[in-house]
Amino acid sequence: MSIYLLCLILFSCGIYCILRKRNIIKIIIGVIIAEYAAHLFLVLVAYRMRGRSPIFSAEAEIKNMVDPLPHALVLTAIVIGLATTALLIGIAMRIYEKYGTFDITRIRELKG
Amino acid sequence: MAGSGIIPLFVAVPLGGAFLNSLLGKKVKRLTDIIGVSTSFILCALSLVALRLYNANGILTHSVGGWRPPIGIGMVLDGLTAFMLVTVNFAAFCIAVYSINYMEKFTSKWKFYTLFFLMLGGMNGVIITGDIFNLFVFLEIAAVASYALVAFGTERHELEAAFKYAVMCTVGSLFVLLGIAFLYSYTSTLNMADMGNILAQSGNANITILAMILFIMGFGLKAALVPFHAWLPDAHPSAPAPISAMLSGVLIKSLGVYAICRIFYNVIGVNENISAILMFLGALSMIVGGLLALGQWDLKRLLAYSSISQIGYIILGIGLGTPLGILGGLFHLFNHSIFKSLLFLNSGAIEYTTGTRDLQKMGGLGSRMPLTGITGVVASMSIAGIPPFSGFWSKLIIIIALVQAGKFGYAFWAVIISVLTLAMYVKVIKYAFLGKLKEAWGSIKEVPIFMKLSMGTLAVVCVVGGMLLLSGMQGPFLQGAQEALSEGTKYVAVVLESIK
Repeated sequence: MSIYLLCLILFSCGIYCILRKRNIIKIIIGVIIAEYAAHLFLVLVAYRMRGRSPIFSAEAEIKNMVDPLPHALVLTAIVIGLATTALLIGIAMRIYEKYGTFDITRIRELKG
Repeated sequence: MAGSGIIPLFVAVPLGGAFLNSLLGKKVKRLTDIIGVSTSFILCALSLVALRLYNANGILTHSVGGWRPPIGIGMVLDGLTAFMLVTVNFAAFCIAVYSINYMEKFTSKWKFYTLFFLMLGGMNGVIITGDIFNLFVFLEIAAVASYALVAFGTERHELEAAFKYAVMCTVGSLFVLLGIAFLYSYTSTLNMADMGNILAQSGNANITILAMILFIMGFGLKAALVPFHAWLPDAHPSAPAPISAMLSGVLIKSLGVYAICRIFYNVIGVNENISAILMFLGALSMIVGGLLALGQWDLKRLLAYSSISQIGYIILGIGLGTPLGILGGLFHLFNHSIFKSLLFLNSGAIEYTTGTRDLQKMGGLGSRMPLTGITGVVASMSIAGIPPFSGFWSKLIIIIALVQAGKFGYAFWAVIISVLTLAMYVKVIKYAFLGKLKEAWGSIKEVPIFMKLSMGTLAVVCVVGGMLLLSGMQGPFLQGAQEALSEGTKYVAVVLESIK
């Protein structure tokens, strides 16, 4: 149980970071942390206490096996996360070129 | 099964178009337009074929790579899917034609078309897939392409809006992913029909409620429902006009509204509480979006706020859950995708010739740009709900459905906001197209031919859109979609039957 709570705390850290930080790079790090917490949760869903690896063979009986599917899902989700992060950092670099700052309180020309 | 080979084409054709464009478009300039328009034309034609096939054969399924669902990934073509495919691909075709002239002022047009087709492929994938994790993957493809397209101009405002949009929508996607993880841990399957089957057998557990909350947050963020709307009024105006039309016209509907409908109605199964929540969120978006739009002077920003308000109407109609309400909501979804695309293309035409988006600086443009003026007035009247344009009929159906269901409060607000919408579009017409021509605009000309062509087509659909309600037309197009939703979890049985 405690490991799920730790996962939740990690996710909350990421969300806190996104909501409270003023530096764009720190916000991106917050997004990454929250993303990793979600991925960790998917892996935890697959975990079985003292389970064995999910390899099918004729003689071994199928009992208490770790669920292999979420691992495949996590790999996909990590790749998507990579694309998002790369794009976010690319936008952040361009923002620095235009505004000369990473501080979001000074990057707010759009309102209304 | 006969005809099910068409299903994967909806993902393969746009991805192929994007690939060809990135390969050849850089070398041969003229080829970009040809590939772009022909790909979107093929998709538009294919979606009409799919609609015909659905009406002839009923529900169609396709197993990706020959792996049978629920183990493999399944793709499903039912009434709602066929309806959404026609809506998305028709709007995308008109927008692709418009972009031929409009995107000339940007460098590297091939990059624009490549991202455009990646986004379109993602949207078609979301609509056609029958697997919940696959839905998430396609949703992210469409979303990442749209972040890049919002930042396409790489000026100060575009970048700021794109960053805000990207961060907020990534968080929304995370909520969706967590919701999928919770549902998977409970049902041990990812196929939507199979998941619905297991959920129906095991009854409503607390974990489903948690997953539903996560889905409302995640997809609500994509659909820009109030209070998750903050990114939309920045992101939509900052993008180039064809992309604004695409984002406001179809992206928020296919990623947000469609996903909400599919998961809540067909997989989890809707009950009174969910219905009440959806209706409340819909009414809130309708009111807040309408009030905020009224005070805007930036034309595209006004249109963006108005999108929030109209999405509210759609969710209010669909959330009501009666067959008539769902019919009205879906019809309004189709109409909104047409007239909001048209309005954004009009604003793009004005920006193309005059270079401004400020309503106070315009005036009398209708005399110099007759076609833009006429199509703009048609779209404005349609969205404001003036008979006989299409927007009037869909709003009327939603309001009648609300009254029939005894929700007089919501019906009252729907009427009030309709009047408010009329007020804001009268403002647009008065300041942009009517009045005295400003001296600065004495020498402007009407926009080039392809932009005219695309705006003209959309305006014609706005005028004749109301005809879709005639019994002969309604059957094939709207009825199937409405039945797919109002039959709710019967989707599960039908899909599982057709897989076997």
